[in-house]
Amino acid sequence: MAIEFLNKSDLSLGQKLWRLHWIFVLVLIATASVGFVMLYSAANGSLEPWAGRQILRFSMGLGLMLLVAMTNLRIWLKYSYAFYAVTLVLLGAVELGGTIGMGAQRWIDLGVINLQPSELMKVALVLALARYFHGGNMEEVARPTFLLAPLLMVAAPTALVLRQPDLGTAVMLVMGSGAIFFVAGVKMWKFAVLLLGALISAPVGWQFLREYQKQRVLTFLNPESDPLGSGYHIIQSKIALGSGGVFGKGFMQGSQSHLSFLPEKQTDFIFTMLAEEFGLMGGLGLLCLYILILAYGFNIALNCRNHYGRLVGMGVTTTFFLYVFINIAMVMGLIPVVGVPLPLISYGGTAMMTLLLGFGLLLSVHINRDEPIGRRGAADDF
Amino acid sequence: MHRDSERHKQFSRRTALLAGGKAVLLSALVGRMYFLQVVESKRYKTLADENRINFRLLAPPRGRIVDRFGVPIADNQQNYQVVLIPEQTEDIEETLLRLGRIIPIRNSEKKRILREVRRKRSFVPVTLRENLSWEDVARIEVNTPDLPGIMIDVGQSRFYPYALETAHVLGYVAAVSEGETTDDPLLELPGFRIGKSGIEKVYDLALRGSSGNLQVEVNAFGRVIRELERNEGQPGTRLQLTIDTELQKLASEKLADESGSVVVMDVHSGDVLAMVSTPGFDPNAFNKGLSTDEWNALVNNDKSPLINKSIGGHYAPGSTFKMVVAMAALEKGVISSESEIFCSGKTELGNATFHCWKKDGHGVTNLNKGIAQSCDVYFYEIAKRTGIERIAEMARRLGLGARLGLDLPGEKPGLVPSNKWKKAVIGAPWQQGETLLAGIGQGYVLTTPLQLAVMISRMVNGGVAVTPHLTRDLINGDDVLSKNEEENKDIGLVPAHLALVRDAMNRVVNVPGGTAFNSRIRKTEFRMGGKTGTAQVRRISKQERETRVLKNEELPWKERDHALFVGYAPVDAPRYAISVVVEHGGGGSKIAAPIARDVLEVAQRRNAARPGDNQPVRKLAKPKIVALSGKDESGQG
Repeated sequence: MAIEFLNKSDLSLGQKLWRLHWIFVLVLIATASVGFVMLYSAANGSLEPWAGRQILRFSMGLGLMLLVAMTNLRIWLKYSYAFYAVTLVLLGAVELGGTIGMGAQRWIDLGVINLQPSELMKVALVLALARYFHGGNMEEVARPTFLLAPLLMVAAPTALVLRQPDLGTAVMLVMGSGAIFFVAGVKMWKFAVLLLGALISAPVGWQFLREYQKQRVLTFLNPESDPLGSGYHIIQSKIALGSGGVFGKGFMQGSQSHLSFLPEKQTDFIFTMLAEEFGLMGGLGLLCLYILILAYGFNIALNCRNHYGRLVGMGVTTTFFLYVFINIAMVMGLIPVVGVPLPLISYGGTAMMTLLLGFGLLLSVHINRDEPIGRRGAADDF
Repeated sequence: MHRDSERHKQFSRRTALLAGGKAVLLSALVGRMYFLQVVESKRYKTLADENRINFRLLAPPRGRIVDRFGVPIADNQQNYQVVLIPEQTEDIEETLLRLGRIIPIRNSEKKRILREVRRKRSFVPVTLRENLSWEDVARIEVNTPDLPGIMIDVGQSRFYPYALETAHVLGYVAAVSEGETTDDPLLELPGFRIGKSGIEKVYDLALRGSSGNLQVEVNAFGRVIRELERNEGQPGTRLQLTIDTELQKLASEKLADESGSVVVMDVHSGDVLAMVSTPGFDPNAFNKGLSTDEWNALVNNDKSPLINKSIGGHYAPGSTFKMVVAMAALEKGVISSESEIFCSGKTELGNATFHCWKKDGHGVTNLNKGIAQSCDVYFYEIAKRTGIERIAEMARRLGLGARLGLDLPGEKPGLVPSNKWKKAVIGAPWQQGETLLAGIGQGYVLTTPLQLAVMISRMVNGGVAVTPHLTRDLINGDDVLSKNEEENKDIGLVPAHLALVRDAMNRVVNVPGGTAFNSRIRKTEFRMGGKTGTAQVRRISKQERETRVLKNEELPWKERDHALFVGYAPVDAPRYAISVVVEHGGGGSKIAAPIARDVLEVAQRRNAARPGDNQPVRKLAKPKIVALSGKDESGQG
């Protein structure tokens, strides 16, 4: 019976391609293309050194995404914990090994790209938590002891990335996981308790922050206090955004970006350059593309008939949302400066791979939306 | 299945809540964008422009100064300089240290730089070094990434092609000193030069022009990306002088190593054709900045190279004053052309003896002989008859004893003594013996070489109160800023008396026995007239007179007589007047007259004052010498 179901549930490649969410893929390509255009501008009208390589990376990532989309969701379910465990070991290796031997190196050199375990962990944690909550029914989720294991799953990698210290990734891991806990049905008061605990322990946590992180928080609170030091980035970014006005200064005409007043214009501050050159309209346009992606993500998660797929879908979508929100809020001076790139736009390989891996999973959820999956991964047991 | 649908429902509810939360956060982003890009946009646009646009002052080219024939005598040259913009470097000391590895910077220089940095606004560049060689320029350019705030600037520097010969007339320009800054932003520009003396000082405002400005786009590191707007400002006004450079050079050459002065002027227009004071100095050196040693050498030089002796030197006129005495005596009627006085070599007044320069005396002497052979006894006598008041009055009419108002700073008034003067200044009554001394241009009488040239001019131009001037036109584009010559007053001299004196001056030079006969101009149409003078600077003791009066060559330089000559040419229709003073040169006939002969002959050959040349010859209203500190210094004159 199990075999029968398995066979029955296995879609052929043709069916999978038929069920692939092509519009979603097109929206992704459109968004990434905005990035190519901005990188072309950042290099003063040249494919070198950024836009060309970014196109190459995106194409490779797109291949990876489709490959992931084509794999059966049950296989991901089956290997969720293993994937998480391997990633955690890698993360531990670069963290602990890194601090001992190789300085602050946070990646593993794979030749083509540098694999950054902390980035990979954003996906691995989503998978592991989805697997865990998929396996528990509502009564179990209501039991506080049931939550100990997933909390530990979150705490371990968070502690490791905080050691780096990579505040941005830590925040994303915690908040992304929180969203999964939330949609999995964990009671509200438990979040309240956790939040209270966090607030109480915040002064203690402050002690563990590195000097530059403390500085960033302080600078965020009053950027004008140090206009040539840490506050410089945010002040210049706000000037660039504000001076862009409603319609912007025109393509490749951003004076703040092109005269080097804006730092990191090809990576973390690329949204600023876009908003300087294309104004409020450009910024809103990109935001619309992002909202479209988020809406499709929600839609895919809501319409999935298995819990694992729903949780993976929401996890990936929330991770993507966090990228968008943290980056844009940061460049506009709403939150402290944290190193989170603008998804699909910022120059850089690792985040791109993480995102496309996530979107591959999301597409797989979509393709397998009608597959019932049992608590332990089998199709028979609901 | 049932359980899962329960779970699905809860999931959907929670997802809706989550979506709502995200929507709120995204709205916050949109709100922030609206605030920055719509509400506050104007402010940020201004800030962005402040970031990228730099304003710079442009120094206008300083007006050229040309001589009466248009030959440039003060010009501008390109000059590469390295400047520091303090606000563009975080650590000035570090930047200077790095620059020091390319071009050595002395400690004293560094102190000056740091002082200037403190004094000026942080975006105003400070000049570190000027007149850079090409190699230095190239090496600094290559290293600019390591030298924040350092820039190469092409400036213009003043250049005087006839530096030594024209130094006293033109003066020089030099960097603005601390007390001289005014509202004019130009004065804050690095390396900006203003006139510090001479014509450069008097006409500084006109020569300076007005500042232009430049708007440039710069990047975050201060590098200029492009020029946005340029306003060249008003270049300095071109100034034409009355000087004839060739004549100036010749006079300077004739004075050679002597300390002295030559002034040549047009007796009718007052144009100063040459005004040389030796030794000269190099105004170009002032422009570059003098070292302490160079400065001390100039200041401590016995021959005072920094003083324009033509207007700033006080000399007893000696025998050149005798024409004044003669004119006064004739006017008072105490002598006629025929009056004769016997010269025995000395005369006595009370118990004092007054000697003639000729120990054995001139015998019977009339006015003509008295001037031609410069008989002292004759003039002791007629001075005694005329009295100091009438002599002083005549001297003043002829231009002595007061500043003439030449458009140069540093003019001295000279001194024409009188009874009133002596009471006021010395506090003692006038002695008759002093009248006798004044009669031969000694004693209290003091004149400047320029006054002597004016004196002779007024005597040979028919008694017109001509005044000297150095500038013809200020040329500003097409506008000629000049004023027509004011009508010169007649000083009321009797033509017959003037003719008598002129005839005597002709005899001084052109008739054997005249004191300057050896220095006559042989070409008939160029013949000159004039008067020698030898001004004693020491007192000859009675004992020395009884034994033997020492010759000049036997005395130390400082005690030798000044040699003087005043003259005019051509004798028949005087056009040029000259005064020559050679400090401690010895006798006027031996030293000064030959110089006058050479200069006057060339002046006539060049005929620089010929009518129709560069006409109309106009005289400028003398500008106020505006003190840079804001106070008016012209009141002192």
